[in-house]
Amino acid sequence: MSDLVIELKQVCKSFDSVAILKNIDLEIKKGEFLTLLGPSGCGKTTILRLLAGFETPSSGTVLINGEDMLKIEPEDRHINTVFQSYALFPHMSVFDNVAFGPKIRGLPKAEIATQVMEALRMVKLEHLADRKPAQLSGGQQQRVAIARAVVNKPLVLLLDEPLSALDYKLRKEMQIELKQLQRRLGITFIFVTHDQEEALSMSDRIAVMNAGRIEQLGTPKNIYESPNSLFVARFVGESNILAGEVIKVDDDCVEMRLENKIISLKNTKNFQVSQSVNLLLRPEDLHVYDEEEGIPQEPYLHGIIEEVIYKGTTVDLLIRLDSGKQIAATQFFNEDDPKLDFRMGERVFAGWLEGWEVLLPSEAAENYPPVSP
Amino acid sequence: MRANPLFSFKWFSAGLIWFWLGLFVLVPLLMLLTASFLQRGETEFVKFAFTLENYQRIFNPIYLDVFWNSFYLAAVTTLFCLLLGYPFAFLLARVKGNYKHLLLLFVIIPFWTSSLIRTYAMVIILKTNGVMNSFLQWLGLIQEPIQLLYTPAAVVVGLVYSLLPFMVLPLYATIEKLDTRLIEAAKDLGARNVRIFWSIIIPLTMPGIIAGSMLVFLPALGMFYIPDLLGGAKALLIGNLIQNQFLSARDWPFGAAVSIILVLVMSLLLVLYYFSILRNSNNRDKVGL
Repeated sequence: MSDLVIELKQVCKSFDSVAILKNIDLEIKKGEFLTLLGPSGCGKTTILRLLAGFETPSSGTVLINGEDMLKIEPEDRHINTVFQSYALFPHMSVFDNVAFGPKIRGLPKAEIATQVMEALRMVKLEHLADRKPAQLSGGQQQRVAIARAVVNKPLVLLLDEPLSALDYKLRKEMQIELKQLQRRLGITFIFVTHDQEEALSMSDRIAVMNAGRIEQLGTPKNIYESPNSLFVARFVGESNILAGEVIKVDDDCVEMRLENKIISLKNTKNFQVSQSVNLLLRPEDLHVYDEEEGIPQEPYLHGIIEEVIYKGTTVDLLIRLDSGKQIAATQFFNEDDPKLDFRMGERVFAGWLEGWEVLLPSEAAENYPPVSP
Repeated sequence: MRANPLFSFKWFSAGLIWFWLGLFVLVPLLMLLTASFLQRGETEFVKFAFTLENYQRIFNPIYLDVFWNSFYLAAVTTLFCLLLGYPFAFLLARVKGNYKHLLLLFVIIPFWTSSLIRTYAMVIILKTNGVMNSFLQWLGLIQEPIQLLYTPAAVVVGLVYSLLPFMVLPLYATIEKLDTRLIEAAKDLGARNVRIFWSIIIPLTMPGIIAGSMLVFLPALGMFYIPDLLGGAKALLIGNLIQNQFLSARDWPFGAAVSIILVLVMSLLLVLYYFSILRNSNNRDKVGL
């Protein structure tokens, strides 16, 4: 008996011969919080609709609890959805909205009332049970939508950008509440978002999607620290991306020419001589020194500070490298380096701990096909 | 001070409509109201002497029957229009592209011909040697022509035919606005089609159902030429009663009294309709404190 609740095998989906999903393979474990992250139009919502049963795959199989879902209608799937627009029934009170599912299952009246009030208590709305959806704020409507779904104790809860309509502060609160709710209920959550910060802070695993494919599947830490493609590196967090060429390989070291410099790094991906590579550096991984502090022991780049942006907890620097390329570096205040006194026009070194960089082979054009006509 | 041209245009156009309504609706209505309290004259249409007799006469069982009959037929007509119009409006709201325009055209085409002429066409279809009887005989369903014309059924058929567009158009307007995501949400929660229809679609399209029913029921009460042509002398409805009093019996005061009662009943229905709209929009727009 596997602990997989959802398996997608070679799932493809096209609308009017435009491929939306291309060979999706995805396994989701029971009780997992999995986020589908990607730009709009990447196919993440289509995956949710396939799972909910509103679409059928053009090819491939969708298994839920090991059962093929091909002929199972949405109303017969033990899955519930929190819709992006909430889709609350405007003519019913909050209570009746939440009671809709339990009523269909034919529970006795008293049992329905208990379950509904319990679900409303969980989202802290029991005092608004008699209101109509239009009388609630966006955040309250959001909670009703969640209560209406979880009251059915679904196997899997699908959430389609549920926080996108809320303002920043409320969104932060709801992120924490949702995460706590998921832990408490032990229900598998599949969460769709285009907000990378949301994905990183809530998920057990993230599937980064692009143009109908899953680019990378992994833990938030794995996605952020070891992106396996330029797309993932660009989409999740900020990255300085520097192009270079391998000039020498020996044992486990690789030497490359990059921004008019020779830099030697560990050869983690079996690079070959004369191969083009991209070096990814997160701004917060860069340490910036002025020249008086001496040449750093670690790998570094050399440039001039062009902009100093004070952010309260950090200072962000834009550095123009000698090669002409601009990179960003984020400096934190701490006891070791209380100075953090950077001036524009100052010549600095930007170094990083060896191994914190990500080195990727430069991607052939075929990985980024032009948008199909 | 210089007059603002836009401002004076607003007053001119609104004033023109008020003038029109006053002259051709309010004044005749007041004349009708006055006449309903006067006596029937021998040489002229009305004799200027006050009486309540016209209203007392309405409570004669013969006339109460006419009222009852009219309400019954109007209600049956409304029901049939709803049963026929709802599926059609649903189809109309859901099909895409050119089919939609074609179907809408079918609804609107009848308006291009006078309703009276279309009713004569119904006579030709329904009469003893008419199209319908020939067709049924050809099918072998009946041996002898059956009586279709001059029955209450023929009146209902004629009324439904004439008034169906007034049911379809408001229904179409509300069904088209219906958010399909709500139907998906209901499915997602486990609802099957029958339940979705009764607990989601019907309540949310209720404003259209009420509006369409009003637009069918009220004219059905007053239409006199359709019962006249299709129902023969047998079906005496309010509209025919009023027409008879004015044109045949020459009893203007009594005709006026019946008209006033009809106007009052319709106004009452419109007030009820107004409150139903008010309640519906309250549900939607009221924002919590």
